[in-house]
Amino acid sequence: MAESEPEPEQEPEPETEDDAEPQVVERDLTMSRAMVEAIAHEMREDEEVFYMGEDVADYGGIFDSTEGLLEEFGHDRIMDVPISETAYIGAAVGAAQEGMRPIAELMFVDFFGVCMDQIYNQMAKNTYMSGASVSVPMVLTTAVGGTYNDAAQHSQTLYGTFAHLPGMKVVVPSTAYDAKGLMHNAIRDDDPVVYMFHKRLMGIGWMPAPDGPKTPVPEEAYTIPFGSADVKREGEDVTVVTLGLHVHRALEAAAELADDGIDAEVIDLRTLVPLDTETVRESVAKTGHLVVVDEDYRSYGVTGEIIASVAEDRLADLEGVERVAVPDVPLPYSRPMENEVIPSVEDVAAAVRSVRSTESGAE
Amino acid sequence: MGGVTELQAMFEDMVTARYYEERLQEEYLEGKQPAFDISAGPIPGELHLAAGQEAAAAGVCRHLRDDDTVTAPHRPHHVAIAKGVDLKRMTAEIFGRETGLCGGKGGHMHLFDPDAGFACSGIIAEGCPPAVGAGLAASKRNEDSVAVAFLGEGAISQGGFLESLNLAAVRELPVVFVIEDNDWAISMPKERVSDVADGSRRAEGFDMPGTRVDSDDAIAVSDAAKEAIGRARDRNGPSLLEVQVHRRMGHFMGDPQTYRPEADQEAAADRDSIERLAAELRRRGVEDETLESIREDAHERVDEAIEWAKDQPEPSPEDAYEDVFANPPSGVTDEEPAYDLGTDARAGAESGGDD
Repeated sequence: MAESEPEPEQEPEPETEDDAEPQVVERDLTMSRAMVEAIAHEMREDEEVFYMGEDVADYGGIFDSTEGLLEEFGHDRIMDVPISETAYIGAAVGAAQEGMRPIAELMFVDFFGVCMDQIYNQMAKNTYMSGASVSVPMVLTTAVGGTYNDAAQHSQTLYGTFAHLPGMKVVVPSTAYDAKGLMHNAIRDDDPVVYMFHKRLMGIGWMPAPDGPKTPVPEEAYTIPFGSADVKREGEDVTVVTLGLHVHRALEAAAELADDGIDAEVIDLRTLVPLDTETVRESVAKTGHLVVVDEDYRSYGVTGEIIASVAEDRLADLEGVERVAVPDVPLPYSRPMENEVIPSVEDVAAAVRSVRSTESGAE
Repeated sequence: MGGVTELQAMFEDMVTARYYEERLQEEYLEGKQPAFDISAGPIPGELHLAAGQEAAAAGVCRHLRDDDTVTAPHRPHHVAIAKGVDLKRMTAEIFGRETGLCGGKGGHMHLFDPDAGFACSGIIAEGCPPAVGAGLAASKRNEDSVAVAFLGEGAISQGGFLESLNLAAVRELPVVFVIEDNDWAISMPKERVSDVADGSRRAEGFDMPGTRVDSDDAIAVSDAAKEAIGRARDRNGPSLLEVQVHRRMGHFMGDPQTYRPEADQEAAADRDSIERLAAELRRRGVEDETLESIREDAHERVDEAIEWAKDQPEPSPEDAYEDVFANPPSGVTDEEPAYDLGTDARAGAESGGDD
């Protein structure tokens, strides 16, 4: 039953960069459509894949994460479950250990508190504690993020909370293309993968997305490896490292900064575990300036982790460092306060300008 | 059953709550039309309205005092109104204003009014353990106050609820759990998520009295609640009460409700606990004009609260940094006392031991 040996990619990799003639893709999808397409594909290929969650069947997922799946797969495989996260997320762990490939959805990541033992102490640890005689091939999907005034219990990202504990791979797509390729990999992976989709990026009718996440998406299945950051914009002056919604805010900031002659490189981490520190280090070796932007809390989180991993290895490359994150307060409801604490395009641009000014010799 | 005056008071709570939700719906949709954008308009974020559930709150809370504690879930306004939460400051909070109950930090799912003994939480069933705690405090202090936890029928499979029933039962705490059964956990009908149609039967497993009021009847709710709350106040332990209510609106504003049969929506609209209570009041000789004047007064109070709230200033962005802690981060002191703990000698002993 244990399938802990990583298998080689089963399908040709259409996005291989060495490919002389990459296939032109013209079909645009929203992030939710791309995510659902990957799930549907895997469910057609493998009867052991099923989806459990609250309001995932008839509703189609509050954030469109399962839109249309019920019609094709029925209630047996697209399962509405009681509001009992400990039970059904733990049941996903158990079914996964039996060799099935469950996908369990935690409606809001903020609800983790009612089921964290199953996540932290079972899902994440059973492979290791069993000496890899057991594996847990499941995906935990969950909606993250603020920007729509849903207050302290419905707006967090909690990236750091999930990335902190060893044993879970943690995926945070920022575009439709990434969402699909990362989902295929997540479902096929024999390890537990936490798939954190940002509500603001999904393309939900009632929560308009920015322009960026809707991208061309190939029709066929393809896998994107975990631990491979994506340089979304190349630049010479400052490295901006971020993920999720803030990839798009950083790109917008970079466009503004370009008008002022500042050339920012924007790196989308795409996964937090594993973490591609090499791409970040190489970029910093080029730019000398690092800004890390995170929609999670400032302390003990992504920003500190990225900066430490660069400093450990390439301290001499670092001429200036800034971090932009949610100051250490719970997310407030009221609009002026939420806008204050969630990093904005202006906050990112200001940090880039500031980090550049820390070094007088900057060109 | 209570006298006519008490029934009128209940009627007043109910028409206030109904009109409040209708008015909030109007205000909420402003700026969200024609395209619905959840973050636009004067009230952003999610809004869960309780139209159709008024009987549960009014029937229970009329037996409560200011020093009794109530916890409500994400659909809290009718309970807050019946418990006597300051209407203006609650409304200001929902509009995210500085003078709101929580200074704009909480919003409609996280309303706190300690003066009225009211709090709510946006996480399903998670108001139950704090209600048990309020009951525990009353019990330890030898006071006769009680605690009531409101929850939806969707919450009765949640660990926080079941664990709370057990703790309250084993400690014989003055707590009443009130399940508002509106048939829907967002899109999930009750029969899909529980094999037990009568949620009050959950009490049996904890050797606790359980009662279900199978109609939108505020008087029947009040009678059942009187018994349960009286039992708690008399130190005879917790109870579980389930009340059939109806969800006249979506789970949240913007919920397309495509999962919900039209017949069910129509049935919810027909089973109106307010009209039912009005009919009973008329039967008992209350004039139509009296009922109309109660309605008008309620509407006036609600309109006034909403107008007041909209006039209130927004918090400043910097207010976001306040209130993380009640005490300074350093705790109750910022000074360390001077003691000689023999640190040098001890460090020496430790390193000596290792060698």
